Amino acid sequence: MSVLVFVEQRDGAVRPVAREALGEAARLAATLGGPVTAVACATSDAGLAALGENGAARVLLAKHEAFAHHDAAGQAAAVAAAARASGAKLVLMGASSVGKDLAPRVAALLGVGLASDCTGFEVEGGRVFARRPVMAGKAFEKVAFPGSPAMATLRPKVFSPAPVASGKQAAVEPLEFEWDATAPRARVTGTTAGSEDKPDLTESEIIVSGGRGLKGPENFAIIEQLADALGATVGASRAVVDAGWRPHGDQVGQTGKTVSPKLYVAVGISGAIQHLAGMSSSRCIVAINKDADAPIFKVADYGVVGDLFEVVPALTEAVRKLR
Amino acid sequence: MLQVVCVKQVPDTETRVKIAADGRSLDPAGVSMILNPYDEFAVEQALRVKEQLGAGEVVAVSVGGAGVPTTLRNVLAMGADRAIHLKTDTAGPDPLAVARALAQVIRPLEARLVWLGKQAVDDDAAQVGPMLATLLGRPCATVVAKFELAGEVANVEREVEGGREQLEVPLPAVLTTDKGLNDPRYASLKGIMAAKKKSIEERPADLGAPNLERVALELPPPRKPGRIVGEGTAAIPALLQALRAEAKVL
Repeated sequence: MSVLVFVEQRDGAVRPVAREALGEAARLAATLGGPVTAVACATSDAGLAALGENGAARVLLAKHEAFAHHDAAGQAAAVAAAARASGAKLVLMGASSVGKDLAPRVAALLGVGLASDCTGFEVEGGRVFARRPVMAGKAFEKVAFPGSPAMATLRPKVFSPAPVASGKQAAVEPLEFEWDATAPRARVTGTTAGSEDKPDLTESEIIVSGGRGLKGPENFAIIEQLADALGATVGASRAVVDAGWRPHGDQVGQTGKTVSPKLYVAVGISGAIQHLAGMSSSRCIVAINKDADAPIFKVADYGVVGDLFEVVPALTEAVRKLR
Repeated sequence: MLQVVCVKQVPDTETRVKIAADGRSLDPAGVSMILNPYDEFAVEQALRVKEQLGAGEVVAVSVGGAGVPTTLRNVLAMGADRAIHLKTDTAGPDPLAVARALAQVIRPLEARLVWLGKQAVDDDAAQVGPMLATLLGRPCATVVAKFELAGEVANVEREVEGGREQLEVPLPAVLTTDKGLNDPRYASLKGIMAAKKKSIEERPADLGAPNLERVALELPPPRKPGRIVGEGTAAIPALLQALRAEAKVL
């Protein structure tokens, strides 16, 4: 029973989510008994044979000029063709901005169900089941797939990449796929990098988030300084995003991002249910709040009760000394 | 220009989750239902396009059970012209089934723009928009945070990891909306009064066979209890010690 993995690339480099998907594919393929096939949408075969090191037996290359950029319409046609050509019983890709845009289109072309943003898989009696968060992690559902192939996207940073089989090469084969590139479609015309080269919230190891307790947008400077000292990305509560203090991309919670970093530091955040939903799967949670009864302390591993305007700068100083 | 906005009724984000006795669904007791927050941006943008063009019709469509007309009435009060309720007793139909039911109804409407929220905050699937676009064979951009209509082309921007992506989308198109796209309006008293006279047409939702089957719904494992390490700046040495030696995250 073969597993197909879409290999997401950016500027010619394989994205970490794709190696994570290959890792899980290799584990599942070992149980299901079948090879792992990768499919890449690219302008050249550069770097693809090396995916053998991540467990891919072969790589189907859908080559097209349009694939210099993310092009979901064309990629969907290619991935659906690869699923058919490889006889895959399971199709996996990362739940990144690309995967979230692409996977539903592939599922619609194949006419099968898709489980988004999965955090675990089980194989029982030859059938695949996916586990995934709903309501930003307030609950988890286990789903089965009545059709074939089963399709799923994998939450970034949850699955470990396959152990590297050093020097192992995958066979790279051209993929035939039908796609009318002249039909009207959305086209990427440009990209703008964020203001800093910090990882995205969903991909960060450490996050420092600020809330209403900061009293004003200008005071986020102390959050940014702590984040700099920790090598962290800055997050925010819904209250401060709604107040216009921070951009929406920074919001953690049920109407923002769901995150699970190694360390989450919540500063001046009381802990509304919708915020807790978005961050309570973090490995370690620190809360700094002046209100000892704030709900955030119920999910925090370590709490500091105090004035954040005193605690945070002193903590920043102490972290700098450590490093 | 006819535009369609697909909306979903979802549990309020302040809902505390309880699992029902069947072990597969949310206990509905005490849960208040709201318009999916991301759909508000979709409704608002459709209304702005109509206002910008000075003409047109905005049709709201929703798949769901008996409670859905309440949510559709809210959308009509915001300013949509009419609504279609695709009625079903199936609880939590899967995204492909919903996209198929929507496609059947939307195809003959020949909408120039179809709007949806980027995801519903109950199942968090983020699938119906791009699935619907694929079934309709229309250009699609997801997670749109900036939108400008220039004749028959929409220029949009979406957030990607570490930056933003600009896209050109020829109409007719399907777009899904992110927070930050606009500030959704509140329904005015006049809007609420007017909504009472607007039509909500009820039709059966043609969902077909399910494409996903939920076998269990569970609460996340509880976190092990934490502790207050101290008060004020005096707590910092103990905090750092805990982060390094116990949690091993620094």
